[in-house]
Amino acid sequence: MANRSLVDWPHVQCHVCRIVMRAPQREGGGALGCPRCGAIVHRRKPESLSRTMAFLIAATICYFPANFYPVMESTSLGRAQEDTILTGIVYLAESGMWPLAAIVFIASIVVPIAKIVSLLGLVLSVRWRSRWRPRDRAATYRIVGLVGRWSMVDVYVVTILVALVHMGTLANVEVRFGAVFFAAVVVLTILAAESFDPRLIWDALEEGNGRERARAS
Amino acid sequence: MRIVGCQECDAVMEEPFVPDGGAAYCIRCGALLFRRHHRTIEVCFALVVAAAILFVVANLYPFLAFEIQGQMTQTTLLHGVRALLDQGERGVASLVFMTAIASPAAEIALLLYVLGPVYFGRRVPGMAAAFRWVERFRPWSMMEVFLIGIFVAGVKLADLAEIVPGTALWAFGLLIPILAAASNFLDAELVWRRIAGEA
Repeated sequence: MANRSLVDWPHVQCHVCRIVMRAPQREGGGALGCPRCGAIVHRRKPESLSRTMAFLIAATICYFPANFYPVMESTSLGRAQEDTILTGIVYLAESGMWPLAAIVFIASIVVPIAKIVSLLGLVLSVRWRSRWRPRDRAATYRIVGLVGRWSMVDVYVVTILVALVHMGTLANVEVRFGAVFFAAVVVLTILAAESFDPRLIWDALEEGNGRERARAS
Repeated sequence: MRIVGCQECDAVMEEPFVPDGGAAYCIRCGALLFRRHHRTIEVCFALVVAAAILFVVANLYPFLAFEIQGQMTQTTLLHGVRALLDQGERGVASLVFMTAIASPAAEIALLLYVLGPVYFGRRVPGMAAAFRWVERFRPWSMMEVFLIGIFVAGVKLADLAEIVPGTALWAFGLLIPILAAASNFLDAELVWRRIAGEA
């Protein structure tokens, strides 16, 4: 696909208020402040790929204890039971709440993995200067940003249960440390998505166009 | 001619003409560039005022009550955070506080601070910084997810005890679509131009 940028002068765009301005002559030499909103202007998010990778690796490490360890322990009439994310979903399904079970399964188990895998794919594609289907890759990034937050459902469920159910031996719910890892996965994947700069997807194409233009002249 | 940049792919293009109520998308990557509505500021300001009121109600009143053998507990959002703290879960407690209380509160308060003066055609100090922070808080404000969490928790408790929905639940139910509409409707470019005194 052609580079359809309208302007042929080197430009930078503020990440916050989106104003487009002429790029300063020299890179470096201190931070450039946006004339409209005052944010620090970068051509691309700084250290985007390494930061994203770091958060992804940390999220992957936390993903296993998050699913393996129980997130809560519930006591009902003296009977204690520990629940992991997965047994919580099985419980919902067994009580006939299929739609909710499906939502929680997708939000808690599928979404974190899908998010980690897609972001990893995006980082690698940028690193390898891939020119493969940039529009679809951009859409993937957009979807990652939209669905990632839904993984928080289980953290909230535990919070609500803990707040409501504290009646001693009659009924009681306590947090277990699987919840800490689970919360960490959610935070780390959000940070990973925020660190990735989708503009990098298009840079390989612009380089290619530059080369073609140079050859043509 | 005005030029606009795509926030997601950095393509720069001429600002397309968009009829009232329409939206423009990036020609290169397909991301939303902006929406145009001749009353964007008025509508969003009204929505944010409504959101602020509902947010206070949603936080003051309990959203769920739970009754077992004559004993009843009910919980507000802040109570939930307290309960986590009491169990020594500082990390999870601050995450819940941050995503379900602090970020939405900050988002609403900052939007009020910016849209109020913009609506009345005034300027107040720190508008640009305030509007910048709105964007920063947005990914961390997850009230709609919290609402689903209430439903899931309700179902889990249903065969253990009696579950009574509280006032805050209705407030949440209204607040979420209102806040979503406000952030979808808002023409950020127009607000930035007003803040900078360009339009």
